[in-house]
Amino acid sequence: MVQPDAVGAAIRSALPDAKVSVEDLTGGGDHLQVSVVSEAFEGLNRIRQHQLVYKALKEELKSEAIHALALNTSTPD
Amino acid sequence: MDAQTKTRIETLINSSPVFVFMKGTKLMPQCGFSNNVVQILNALGIGFETFDVLTDMEIRQGIKDFSDWPTIPQVYVKGEFMGGSDILIEMYNNGELKDKLEIALAS
Repeated sequence: MVQPDAVGAAIRSALPDAKVSVEDLTGGGDHLQVSVVSEAFEGLNRIRQHQLVYKALKEELKSEAIHALALNTSTPD
Repeated sequence: MDAQTKTRIETLINSSPVFVFMKGTKLMPQCGFSNNVVQILNALGIGFETFDVLTDMEIRQGIKDFSDWPTIPQVYVKGEFMGGSDILIEMYNNGELKDKLEIALAS
């Protein structure tokens, strides 16, 4: 499991302007719903947008500290 | 990933116009995210083939390296990576998936 704050911090270390919201779906800290809003997504298709976030959470996903991650990405309005 | 695994993955992806790497099978998905993808494709009436990554550790890891995508399920259309569960849900909800699949399957 990971702390929701740590997930936000990891994403912001890769995407400094990102607004991140993390919802713990089960209370177990390993099934997360994460929304990320960042200028960095501008002009990228959804696959590339998600890859940026996955890259920031690479270790957590690889170790399965995060077992399930539902992800939503968008650019600021 | 070794060359043999890469070849196996490419052969699988090209074996059907719509191919899904998932946990479990169409009839018995072993993960909610994999189930989402199966339900969406069924709802659209799209034929597709699947591979259960739980039966093969080399493919399970190899497919993540192949697409630079760390999670399962993974959906390929005409050999091209289309996304995982979140992207499929979003494309299904906004109608994009139906259009894209119809165009891909018609060509």
